[in-house]
Amino acid sequence: MNHLLSIDELSEADLREVLRITPTFAEVAQRRIAKVPALRGQTVALLFYEDSTRTRLSFEVAAKRLSADTLNVSVKTSSVNKGESLRDTAETIEAMGIDAVVVRHRSSGVPWQLTKWVDAAVVNAGDGWHQHPTQALLDCFTLQQKLGDLSGSHILMVGDIKHSRVARSNVSALTMLGAEVTLVAPPTLLPPAIHTWPVRTSHDLDKALATADGVYLLRMQSERQNEALIPDLREYTTLYGLTAERAAKLDPTVPIMHPGPMNRGVEIAADVPDLDQVIVVDQVRNGVAVRMAVLFLLLGSGGSDLPPNAAPQAVLV
Amino acid sequence: MGERERRGAPPFGGNFVSRAEVMDADQIRRAVKRMAHEIVERNGGLANVVIIGLQTGGVEPAIHLAEALEAIEGSRPPLGTVDVAFHRDDIGLRPVLPEAPTDIPVELNGMTVVLVDDVLFTGRTVRAALDALNDFGRPQAVQLAVMIDRGHRELPVRADYVGKNLPTSRAEAVSVTMQSVEIGEMVK
Repeated sequence: MNHLLSIDELSEADLREVLRITPTFAEVAQRRIAKVPALRGQTVALLFYEDSTRTRLSFEVAAKRLSADTLNVSVKTSSVNKGESLRDTAETIEAMGIDAVVVRHRSSGVPWQLTKWVDAAVVNAGDGWHQHPTQALLDCFTLQQKLGDLSGSHILMVGDIKHSRVARSNVSALTMLGAEVTLVAPPTLLPPAIHTWPVRTSHDLDKALATADGVYLLRMQSERQNEALIPDLREYTTLYGLTAERAAKLDPTVPIMHPGPMNRGVEIAADVPDLDQVIVVDQVRNGVAVRMAVLFLLLGSGGSDLPPNAAPQAVLV
Repeated sequence: MGERERRGAPPFGGNFVSRAEVMDADQIRRAVKRMAHEIVERNGGLANVVIIGLQTGGVEPAIHLAEALEAIEGSRPPLGTVDVAFHRDDIGLRPVLPEAPTDIPVELNGMTVVLVDDVLFTGRTVRAALDALNDFGRPQAVQLAVMIDRGHRELPVRADYVGKNLPTSRAEAVSVTMQSVEIGEMVK
C-alpha cells in the first residue's frame, strides 16, 4: 500500500489486516508514556480544505503518538486564500520534505490527483461525496469490538446517503466483512445508482430497526443541501430520526453510531446520545488507533502493499 | 506482495528447513526448570519479579518459565508480553509489523523484570524491548532469559539465563518450540 485513497482499492485481506493490528496501536494510548518512536523523523502534512475537528485532530494525535512531525496547513490562513492552486500548494509542501499528506477536499478525486503530483504517501481524509476510508476502518473496528465477527450481521445506515462519503466507504467495508447493509433514507436522499450497490434499501425506519444488529446514523448535511430534497427537517426527524421512542424500542445491546458532528434534534433526538449503547466516543477513540495503523503501514512497515492475513512466520531467526 | 509474505522472503526469512534437532522436549523442559531455579536463586525468591515474554517467540517460553517458577516457589509471578515493533531500529530498512498488543499487568517501578525470548542473536530485539519497557516505568533491574544463545551479537547485550548455547553461522536459522529446538536454513 503506497496510498490510502478508497476502501474499494483495498482487498478483503488488507482490510482485515488493518483491523487485526489496530489493537496494538490502541494499546500504545494506554501506556504511561503514550508515544512510541516508530515514525521518528518522518513528517506528515495535514492539508484540510474543508472544516474538520475530529478527523484532523485524530490524524494529528495519531502521527504524534508515533513520533512523526505534523504540519498543519490551515487553508483559511494560507496562500490558498491568495488563489494558490492545489498543485502549487502540494508542490510547495512537498519541497519542504514530507513523507505523507493527509488531505480533505470538497471535490471528489483530489487525493487521487495529488498522487500524480507528489511522491509522498497520500491519505484520503474525505473527498467530496466520494470516500472517507479511515472513517470506515474505524467504524468497522468499533463494530467488531461490540458485535464480534460482522459476517451475517445486519447494519442499518440511516440518513443522507446521497451526499455521504462515510456511507460509500462504510458500505464497501462492511459488505467486504460479510455484513448485510440496509440503507434507510427518503428516495431523494439515495444516490441515482443505488441499484449497483450491494445493499438493500428501505423507507420504513421502524420496520428496519426491528431486525438491526447495529444502527449507523448519518449527519444531515446542510452545507451540501442546495436543492430541496426533503420537505423540512421536522418531517425528516419524524420519519427518519432516531427519536427517544424509537431508541427505547431498540435492544440495549444494539450499538448506535454516528460519524459526528451530531445534529441533536434532527437525525438523533437530543437525549438519545446519552444512552450507553451510543458508542460515538468509542468511535473517536478507535479513530486514533486506526489512523496510527494506517500511517504506520504507509510509512513504517517497509512500504508497498498491505499485508495479507497470512499466518505469522513460525520461525524467528 | 503483501507485508507478511515479503517479510517471509529472503533476505528476511523464507521457509525453515531443518537439518538437525539440537534439543528435544525433555531437554527443553529440564532447561526451563534449571533457568527457573537460577532466577529464584539469583533474586532470592520471587518477590518483585515479573516475567515478560517478547512477542511472539518469547511468549510461549515465558509461560513455561512462569509455570516452572510456580512449581518451585508455590506462587506464580506476574506474566506479561511486550511487542517491540514500534521500537525497532530497522523500521524502513525491512518490513516491520506489530504482532500483538503489549500487555504488562503490573506497575514496573521497582520491580525486577525477566525478559524472555526464544533466540538471542544480534541483540537488537532486546535493545528495542528495553526501550519499550521505559514507557511503562523504571524497573529496579532487567534480566534476560533466552532458550538459545546463538552468538553474533551486534550490540553489547548479554543473557542472564540461557537454555543452551548453540554455535551457529550467520547463514543458519534456529527454530524454537517447546517440543524441539532445530537448526537449519531459511530456504526461498
